[in-house]
Amino acid sequence: MTAVLQVIFDALSLGSLYALGALGIALIFGVMRLVNFAHGDYISFCVFAMLWPSIDAAAIVFAGNLPTVILIPLILAIGAGLSVLSEILIFRRFRNANPATMMIASFALGFVIKNFLLMLFSSRPKSIDLWSNLSLPVEIAGARIPLLQVITIIITIVILLGLTAFLKRTRFGLEMRAAAENFTMARMLGVKANRVIMLAFAISGMLAAAIGLILATQSGTADIQMGVSVMLVAFIATVIGGLGSLPGAVIAGFLIGGASVLMQVILPLDARPFRDAFVYGAVIACLIWRPQGLFAPKSTKQRV
Amino acid sequence: MAKRSSLIARTISTLIILILLLIAIAVVTKLVGSRPFERTVVEMFIRVMLVAGLYIFVGNSGVISFGHIGFMCLGAYAAAWFTIPPAMKGVSLPGLPSFLAHAQLHFLVSAALAGLLAAIFALIVGRIMMRLSGIAASIATFAMLAVINTVYSNWDSVTGGTGSIVGIPFNTGIWTALGGAILVVIIAYLYQISRSGLALRAGRDEATAAAASGIDIVRERLIAFVISAFTIGVAGALYAHFLGVVNPDAFYLGVTFITLSMLVVGGMNSLSGAVLGVIVISTIIQLLRWLEKGIDLGGTTIAIPNGLQEIAIGLVMIVILMFRPSGLTRNRELVWRYWPFGKGSVNGVAVSKTIENVR
Repeated sequence: MTAVLQVIFDALSLGSLYALGALGIALIFGVMRLVNFAHGDYISFCVFAMLWPSIDAAAIVFAGNLPTVILIPLILAIGAGLSVLSEILIFRRFRNANPATMMIASFALGFVIKNFLLMLFSSRPKSIDLWSNLSLPVEIAGARIPLLQVITIIITIVILLGLTAFLKRTRFGLEMRAAAENFTMARMLGVKANRVIMLAFAISGMLAAAIGLILATQSGTADIQMGVSVMLVAFIATVIGGLGSLPGAVIAGFLIGGASVLMQVILPLDARPFRDAFVYGAVIACLIWRPQGLFAPKSTKQRV
Repeated sequence: MAKRSSLIARTISTLIILILLLIAIAVVTKLVGSRPFERTVVEMFIRVMLVAGLYIFVGNSGVISFGHIGFMCLGAYAAAWFTIPPAMKGVSLPGLPSFLAHAQLHFLVSAALAGLLAAIFALIVGRIMMRLSGIAASIATFAMLAVINTVYSNWDSVTGGTGSIVGIPFNTGIWTALGGAILVVIIAYLYQISRSGLALRAGRDEATAAAASGIDIVRERLIAFVISAFTIGVAGALYAHFLGVVNPDAFYLGVTFITLSMLVVGGMNSLSGAVLGVIVISTIIQLLRWLEKGIDLGGTTIAIPNGLQEIAIGLVMIVILMFRPSGLTRNRELVWRYWPFGKGSVNGVAVSKTIENVR
């Protein structure tokens, strides 16, 4: 029983990360059909922003030493700022370009951000000491669960509830949902395109920052590659959930997280190194089964 | 509907220009005679093979594939299995089946077999995946790449795991690489004007109308997928013979993105775009590398700081795409304006304007 509980918590906390990432990608895809490959690098940037200006291996954290109540809003603001800035400087000029061009532009931007970090911090992973007392286990129904996992799950639920309330109850949220559904129609009905898109980028950037904070606390290191792996899975989750569907992205994020953890447990020992192959195989199977995604909104259904 | 022969007559000037361009680069490189520079050019020719091979599928079908570098991985490892001396293989790769463990083939044979292996794999996987289109197909190809990478990184007794396999004979020189690049460009050209290629392009531009005209898009896509897998498998084999070392992470996201970028920056829907994209981006990268090392200007060396090269190449790509969203060639082919045999339109685009001086 305790083992089962442990697996459930592992799955939920990994799924939380993927869900937050998928949500960040899906928000932007919804309003401008952009698959933002720079998202993973936003995550890394936010993590390294906590180290700056120190570039030592054992980081003497500058921003990270700030009290929590200042640090969290600061990092969220950095994420949102970077994201909005990339919209204003770059993606705005690609509004009418085809999706492949936008995708490559976002990849190039990610490449720039990554190499900027490499230039400043070099490729060696750095240790970050952020809320290390959170990794202590707590006892829940007999199972010892790291406190951080519980907090990750709670934070994710809070973010999801907050975002849902924002999308369902406020005027901005309504505009964003309308834009995600049918951007042209929304504009014709008086939704301001730039405002909605910038808002989507800001929220997406904050989600990236949140992932960065969680990842840094979890692993205790800052690694330039850390954002990319989350981003790739999140990207897959967005597609499996049905592009343009925000709840779909979140659910698919949890599903992939759950599948990874579950396979780690149930696969025979010899096959465990190949776990990712099974996970990605399941992804292909899922796409063949439902090419338009598990929860595709009606508007994105292809005619042919 | 134009006859086949006249289609060749109208479009072959593109092929001739591209081949002459590649030969010219090889000749100039030989004349310069610097070893490191020659290696850079060999690498560029292999990239031409990759990107032109990628173009066969992506350009004609309009489906972005993140998976083709998986075929490169298959090809490179196959080349290693076929050509490493048996004595070395017995030690480093004990799990190989005996017919591979004792094989030591000529490298051209091994390259052809490597391509074949990739093509067969593509045929099997493509039968399932080519039913998908749009972004779902892209993600499926990416998942395929991830599966290949995971398997090759962990199947220690056959692939050496995440470590490198050494001992692959060095056979790819500049002329071999040039030959490979020309071969792939010719294959890509022939496919593009073949019945299947034209049908696939029709399906890319107007899926509904094409399907209504009796085109089986899934079938044509599969043909393109298999042919492009073959060319990329061969490219992988030549790459293995160039480096002498293979390891799985050399065939993952880095190459995937750089080759896709080259294709899109050049112009995704034209063969000229594929070739020019590689040449232009490679040239810019090389120039920046020289700048990074420092250039001598009247006694003072001017150098850009380390690491700035990568940042600059990313920015250059963004700027190119901003001003030319459909690539440097604007998705048209290079043509020779004074080509005497046959004039008219290719793929519905009037080609009266020449764009041969993009480079």
